[in-house]
Amino acid sequence: MKTQPYSDGHGVQAEEPKQWQLRLYIAGQTPKSVAAFSNLKRICEEHLAGKFEIEVIDLIENPRLAKDDQIVAIPTLVRKLPEPIRKIIGDLSDREQTLVGLQLRKFKR
Amino acid sequence: MTKTATKPKTSPASFPKCTTGIQGLDEITGGGIPKGRPTLVCGGAGCGKTLLGIEFLVRGAVLHNEPGVFLAFEETAEELTQNVRSLGFDLDDLIQRRKLAVDYIHIERSEIDETGEYDLEGLFIRLGHAIDSLGAKRVVLDTLETLFSGLSNVAILRAELRRLFRWLKQKGVTAVITAERGNGSLTRHGLEEYVSDCVLLLDHRVEGQISTRRLRIVKYRGSSHGTNEFPFLIGEDGVSVLPITSLQLQHKASSERISSGIPTLDAMLGGPGFFKGSSVLVSGTAGIGKTSLACHAADACCQRGERCLYIAFEESEAQLFRNMRSIGLDLEPWVKKGLLRFHIARPTMNGLELHLASIQKQVEAFQPHLMVVDPISNFVSAGTAPEARSMTTRLVDYLKSRQITTLFTNLNHADSNLEQTDLDVTSLIDTWLVLRDIELNGERNRGLYILKSRGMAHSNQIREFLLTDRGVQLTEVYLGPEGVLTGSARLAQEAKEKGTAVQRSLEIERKRAELARRQQALKAQIALLQLQFQSDKEEMERDITCEQVYLEKQEQGRHEMALSRKADSNGVQVPPTKNGRK
Repeated sequence: MKTQPYSDGHGVQAEEPKQWQLRLYIAGQTPKSVAAFSNLKRICEEHLAGKFEIEVIDLIENPRLAKDDQIVAIPTLVRKLPEPIRKIIGDLSDREQTLVGLQLRKFKR
Repeated sequence: MTKTATKPKTSPASFPKCTTGIQGLDEITGGGIPKGRPTLVCGGAGCGKTLLGIEFLVRGAVLHNEPGVFLAFEETAEELTQNVRSLGFDLDDLIQRRKLAVDYIHIERSEIDETGEYDLEGLFIRLGHAIDSLGAKRVVLDTLETLFSGLSNVAILRAELRRLFRWLKQKGVTAVITAERGNGSLTRHGLEEYVSDCVLLLDHRVEGQISTRRLRIVKYRGSSHGTNEFPFLIGEDGVSVLPITSLQLQHKASSERISSGIPTLDAMLGGPGFFKGSSVLVSGTAGIGKTSLACHAADACCQRGERCLYIAFEESEAQLFRNMRSIGLDLEPWVKKGLLRFHIARPTMNGLELHLASIQKQVEAFQPHLMVVDPISNFVSAGTAPEARSMTTRLVDYLKSRQITTLFTNLNHADSNLEQTDLDVTSLIDTWLVLRDIELNGERNRGLYILKSRGMAHSNQIREFLLTDRGVQLTEVYLGPEGVLTGSARLAQEAKEKGTAVQRSLEIERKRAELARRQQALKAQIALLQLQFQSDKEEMERDITCEQVYLEKQEQGRHEMALSRKADSNGVQVPPTKNGRK
């Protein structure tokens, strides 16, 4: 999987004050990782079209990086921006829960 | 299971164990915790789990050159470093030398949401990375159970923990996992289900305002181990478990003897004094001279050029010097020469275990030949009597195993049985001297007797114990009609006996003179009788001669007459006597 930033290609980082920086930690191409990535991508494209950036970090390649964001569970999605930092662990298969976790929806069902 | 696969290839005869390097723990576990397997350390808050873990890693790194990884779930690396610095563990230095890695794992529940499936691969990767980069042999997970408060999916957690322990075994690292004690179970989240090779339980109890930490081996698969609760303490240099109750009676018995410093006491003990490495108890009421006796032994020890450790609970060093000078003992030069060392402590200053540990530490550092504990009965004030007894037992055993002669003093209360101590340690004692006061004629004097002395012919006499300006002296006591005589009664008796003796010798002289006189008188008498006899004899002899002359004359006359009558020369003769008589 790619470790370089992923963007939707519209190039709106500069003028957009509410730029979303998301980091997805995975450990190899496991079914859970693949599912998490595709779930995340779908949600972002729906709700944050044009103002998000997903960085995928594979801990098998860079185990050192797990320390910085206190990663224990895999997969973990870290919302670096906007602050405060939020973490969502799991394969993001529960769409509603993920939206609440990312604070894209203010309430839980 | 992977047990057999991960068993390190050490000597096949013995169960491979990993030396913890923690004082005493290796002893009670018979060599350490299972090598290459996880060990669970559980206990309540503040009982020393984290410290045990840290020490396990530090000792491993320092003593055995085995790098270790500490996975901290509760404290940051900085906090941990600070906390253990007071125990002399420099974690920063070990981290720099790549002997130790500390990884702080923190899960902030409030910023985490869970959706769907996940695993703890992140934890595995971090731990694996740390282990691999150092080549670590030892791992501590402290406290793994905090995961349960950070993550809500218990089913996933349990499955992942099981996988973690299996993975640790595969890695071949010796792991210590700490866990909080739960209600009615060893750990709050049942970790003992997964870690089943070795479980240590720590406990921290307060009894009578004095706290004692204890350690128990709940289980240890495939190895024999001590099953008792062992007191342990967190001292200035880490954890030390005091395994002395597991000691067997295997100490050597020396037949070498050492002087008590009092020649008469040595003589009472059958000549040379105490056995080397034996335990001596001096018991008695207050002010009876126990300390003086102990100081004599200390002085004698130093005179032999041997080292003596004096543990005093009642007097300061200076006070002891002053007091002993009054009986002619100057201990100060020995201190200056480094042969005598004092360890002054208030009994209530710390708990018994700490006392024992500090004594042990002193013994290790000073390596004494003789140790004096004055008085041992004070241990009771630092704990309960059973605890003090067990502590004394351990102390005696410890010192015996090191062949250190020990002199304990014991303060008896005035109304208590003299042949009994509060601590009931007398069965441990080899030689027991009892000092008692003897009240007579309005005086109080001191008496000493040997209640027992194993393995030597000893005197059964009570001696009077005198504190003179030339030290302790033991003199014979007098047995009068009212019992033992001491003090002035003894002096009076002595004077009386002296008087009687003079009288007796005069009498003998007189008798001798009398005898001589009588002999002389007898001799004179004999001479007189002899003289008398002589004169009688002479007279008798004269008479006899006269008679003979007369008889001869008569015979002659008769013959002449016969001649004159012309009698038959052969004729019948009339017996002359007949004729003579007519």
